[in-house]
Amino acid sequence: MTLIAPDNKLLFQGPDWDFDLIRRVHDACGEIAINEMGLDPYPNQIEVITTEQMLDAYASTGMPLFYRHWSFGKEFARNEALYRKGYQGLAYEIVINSNPCLVYIMEENSAMMQTLVIAHAGYGHSHFFKNNYVFKQWTDADGILDYLEFARGLIAKYEDRYGQEEVERVLDAAHALQSHGIHRFPRKRMADLRSEQRREEERRRHGEQLFNDLWRTVPQGKRKPSADEDARRKALLGLPEENLLYFLEKTAPRLAPWQREILRMVRMINQYFYPQRQTKVMNEGCATYVHHRVMTRLHEKGQIDDGAFLEFLHSHTSVVMQPDFDDRRYSGINPYALGFAMCCDIERICTKPTDEDREWMPDIAGNGDAYGALREIWANFRDESFVSQYLSPQCIRDFGLFNVHDDEEEEDMNVAAIHDERGYRKIRRALSKRYDVAYSDPDIQIVDVDLAGDRKLILSHRVLDGMTLEESDSDKVLQHVADLWGYDVKLVEADDAGTVRAEHTASPRRPFM
Amino acid sequence: MNIIDRRLNPGGKSFANRQRFLRRARAQVRKAVREASSSRSIKDAGKGGEVSIPSGGVHEPHLHRSRQGGVRDYVLPGNKKYIEGDAIARPQQGGGQGSQASDSGEGEDEFRFALSDEEYLDLYLEDLELPDLAKRQIAGATSVLWRQAGYSVSGPPSRLSVPRTLRHSMSRRIALKRPKQDEINALREEIEKLEREGGQFEALVEKRKELELLITRSKRIPYIDPVDVRYRRLESNPKPIAKAVMFCLMDVSGSMNEHMKDLAKRFYSLLYLFLNRRYEHVDVVFIRHTHEASEVDEQTFFYSRETGGTVVSTALFKMADIVRDRYPVDQWNIYAAQASDGDNTSSDNAVVLAQLRDAILPICQYYAYVEVGMDDEDDHPGAGEPSTNLWRAYRRVSVEAPFAMRKVKHRRDIYPVFRELFARRPEGVAADGA
Repeated sequence: MTLIAPDNKLLFQGPDWDFDLIRRVHDACGEIAINEMGLDPYPNQIEVITTEQMLDAYASTGMPLFYRHWSFGKEFARNEALYRKGYQGLAYEIVINSNPCLVYIMEENSAMMQTLVIAHAGYGHSHFFKNNYVFKQWTDADGILDYLEFARGLIAKYEDRYGQEEVERVLDAAHALQSHGIHRFPRKRMADLRSEQRREEERRRHGEQLFNDLWRTVPQGKRKPSADEDARRKALLGLPEENLLYFLEKTAPRLAPWQREILRMVRMINQYFYPQRQTKVMNEGCATYVHHRVMTRLHEKGQIDDGAFLEFLHSHTSVVMQPDFDDRRYSGINPYALGFAMCCDIERICTKPTDEDREWMPDIAGNGDAYGALREIWANFRDESFVSQYLSPQCIRDFGLFNVHDDEEEEDMNVAAIHDERGYRKIRRALSKRYDVAYSDPDIQIVDVDLAGDRKLILSHRVLDGMTLEESDSDKVLQHVADLWGYDVKLVEADDAGTVRAEHTASPRRPFM
Repeated sequence: MNIIDRRLNPGGKSFANRQRFLRRARAQVRKAVREASSSRSIKDAGKGGEVSIPSGGVHEPHLHRSRQGGVRDYVLPGNKKYIEGDAIARPQQGGGQGSQASDSGEGEDEFRFALSDEEYLDLYLEDLELPDLAKRQIAGATSVLWRQAGYSVSGPPSRLSVPRTLRHSMSRRIALKRPKQDEINALREEIEKLEREGGQFEALVEKRKELELLITRSKRIPYIDPVDVRYRRLESNPKPIAKAVMFCLMDVSGSMNEHMKDLAKRFYSLLYLFLNRRYEHVDVVFIRHTHEASEVDEQTFFYSRETGGTVVSTALFKMADIVRDRYPVDQWNIYAAQASDGDNTSSDNAVVLAQLRDAILPICQYYAYVEVGMDDEDDHPGAGEPSTNLWRAYRRVSVEAPFAMRKVKHRRDIYPVFRELFARRPEGVAADGA
């Protein structure tokens, strides 16, 4: 490691920064990230904000603009209280998956922190957003800000027209269902959000033009009783459907067009956030690994001094700290820690593999091109597959991971696997499952509608491993469903054997009209 | 790469959302605010601060699995002593395994957050109204209102009135016969044409001369001259200010103990807060009395002791004097709050009554009498309400409008009594004051 070179190449000294320095730092980081590591990020747009604005951004899930709703005010109030009392620090940055990539940096960061943040967000996250397949498949980085602008305008317009309370009620209901308003399997490639908004308006106009009340009076002729009435009905309604919001938007009989449009908007915005949930570990791992490499290289090249590098190490180590399970600070596995450790581990396997690594990961062990391998992995995996492919025994040992099996039927929990030969695969499988959204989100579908009778909507929850839904919350959500649907609703929780574990029902109290 | 400095952007993006949240949780927040106020010291009575409300009302439900039951697999870091097959006792409910999602989203935990001073007071004093509000008076030059008033020839660039300026410029150009650009262009073309065709030398020379004249003319008469420029003028108008003075009258004779004084003080601080919200400027005058009255500062008013008899009328005379000297009735909104344990020299009652009716009530917006008593005082059984000397006397005025009287025995009564005194009255029943 070189010390400060005689000809002073330092980017900065001391904590102060200015815009010119940000520019120099950005270029210096880019030199390393793009030319040495071969990353391919979006162009960056760096925005300097104050603490207050950071709190604002927190409240609207990090986005620079959002429609208005009381829940964001609640979020703001909570964060503000925590922050003012010093229970919670603020993030140093917020990064938004858009093109150009928006990076918010706080004015009170030191020069070193700004460097770290630019490397982390502007190159790490940005590269991940642009290249990871989940993001490519699901999000439209070009259109998101425009769409949010549209959403904000839409809600404001409806509030003017129908009143705040009414709009709020629809939004409440939509928010309650937002975790189940996602298409999990890509259908046809979604057009970009900008034309999406145009299409929606056209569709409505078209529907209005075609409407002719006369059609209702045309005699239908006697319908032949179909042998398979059930199947026919389900096919007609597109059942079963796991996207509850989509189903309600399209088929709920009593909703007004504007209410459907709100459901649609909430659905669209949630779809945008769906990839983030699936790639938390990888995304943070990628960004943390990138900033670590960039900072180390900057130091090696003599562009930051020892003081700044030590300051960096201090903040880096606190970010990637993983408390043990019996530690008071423990609150789950830290995605930064796991992601970073796995990325470093992959680098090690590529460059200095052991026999064990050759056996476990023959495809990359010793290939010498760590950056290439990492880029490949960042592009083609999500958390679940990433862990199940690349969590090496070495990593399991370093973390001291162990697997606890908890069966309701038994008196005690027992340790199913520890970090030894017999346990590696088990642990890897169990951990991978934890990151699998298909497993961790309850599988709830709309299965049937009683069209001939009282129009009752029937939902089913496929109970996995005996885990039923949390009761009071489910009842409240179901109430929202009933209000949206306008008629009775029933949710049946049954496991694969067909045993019914629980049933919830709700009747509309104040149906939407 | 772009760098954008957003720091100067208007903040408070979350303000509208916060308002919505407060509206949503209004009932709970209001309750919390009122509860919180009972445990606060007087000094902080009007400060914003943290309140906590049951999270139930602002809970956002979503579909998720319950945290107990079924078959679960946890992966935890930091194994030190366990080997495969070890049994671990299941932690008590609620202890959780920690590896589950940490945002429970259930339960009736408290939701804590901070209210700003404004929000706090708004909720605290909601639905209260000052009886007979506002004599507004132009007083001093402390505050001015800027109003658009015509145009002026000087001003800052930001207030430049373009339409006005151009209008002036146009009339000047017409008056001075500034050649139009079209005319010049037409002439040029004509000259060019002549040049191309040749011949007609004289005409060409003439035209050239004419063109030269036009050009010098248009140079000499500018398109926009400084004399054309007009600015939107602002005129300052003194802003009427509603001013209020609040008289605190208190009996400090020996019979008033610390507890009673504390009650009185609480009442006064509430009144002060309240007046402060409604008026831009509030003066407070403290008058204490035994058998003679004096105006004192706040510290003395509440904390120093005095002995002597009790002659309430002295305080009323003092107050009338002060009003005459310092607070012209046509400029000030006058409020008075009197606290006493109800003792008075019997012979004084008639004087008090006369002074109140003739001198005080006519100039007051509102006069509140609060009788403070001991916590443990029992009501006389069968005697109806226990009546003191002063209470009986005041009861005779209390039918008259801007006057109200209540009894307070305990701290917790202060706020309800205050609310009762100043509760918003339906139209028409409102007290008609001075």
